[in-house]
Amino acid sequence: MTIIQQIISISIAAIANFLTRVFPFLIFDHNKNGSDEISPFIEGLGKFLPPAIMGMLVVYCFRNVNFLSGTHGLPDIIATVITVLIHLWRRNMCLSLLVGTVSYILLVNFIF
Amino acid sequence: MSTKGGEFRFAFRQSIPVLFGYIALGLGYGLYMHNLGFSFIYPTLMALTIYGGSVEFVIANMLIQHFQPLNVLLVTLVVGFRQFFYALSMLKQYRRAGWRKWLLIFGLTDETFVLNYYSTVPKGYDRTQVQLWITLLDWFYWVLGAFLGGFLGSILHLQIEGLDFVMTALFIVLALDQFLKEDSHISSFSGIAITIICLLSFGKTYFLVVTLLLLVLEYYLLTKRRQKGAQK
Repeated sequence: MTIIQQIISISIAAIANFLTRVFPFLIFDHNKNGSDEISPFIEGLGKFLPPAIMGMLVVYCFRNVNFLSGTHGLPDIIATVITVLIHLWRRNMCLSLLVGTVSYILLVNFIF
Repeated sequence: MSTKGGEFRFAFRQSIPVLFGYIALGLGYGLYMHNLGFSFIYPTLMALTIYGGSVEFVIANMLIQHFQPLNVLLVTLVVGFRQFFYALSMLKQYRRAGWRKWLLIFGLTDETFVLNYYSTVPKGYDRTQVQLWITLLDWFYWVLGAFLGGFLGSILHLQIEGLDFVMTALFIVLALDQFLKEDSHISSFSGIAITIICLLSFGKTYFLVVTLLLLVLEYYLLTKRRQKGAQK
């Protein structure tokens, strides 16, 4: 690929990626009848989706973990359980992230 | 009382998990491009302009093949598809943000979305301003990580294996907080269950697209049922 072709490829990716983010603002930001309100269906969808997306992203983080062979995902499972328990106990986000991540680092480097 | 500095400090504190996560992931990404044979300018500029981790990894790979602009477009739209729904959920919060709106939209990554969607700010703080700072800081962390990874390349061996778990932990903690305070768990449960099923049936490339379409369908059916119930 020439450098011009590389620049074109990167530009296409940058514009397309921005489009996926800006598109809802271009098409849903006003009603068909010209009022300034967002349609109730879209507004409701925007409220319904975020908890589901949170769950989706948690699953997404585990997409590369192989539960069937190797360590069977044990470091991930153990660190997740630790993170959840610490968070239920203290409800301190910084503490939960710190303990969860440090235990994962220790698990993958020294135990598994 | 001026809260200008306060908003920045507050945003910075909120963004610390992403600081560690993005530096760790960005290093990995910069290193990946370095190993493909690219100068550090590539990962840095791609982090700055495309600003989407998963998209950048795929595009890096396509840059070493022959020129295929249409494929670049399609792949970006498929991988970036989920961001459409982040924007849709942010419509109400961001639409009145004036010029800041465009930066907030540009920076809608997975992490920035979850931080900003659920952000609560102390009294007297401008929430949009806090969200803007979080957006800009996250963007900066990602670019910095990509630059360092590409620049230091093979010299760098201080990669800590497992540090990127901080991102997983962030999503877990935020999901848990949301789960504990919501009245109905239908959305959370659907998100987890449908994603697992789609991952197992459609594989890593398309499962998020199918998941999101199914979630929209579910919401549509739920509102329909509710409307029917109201008519009776």
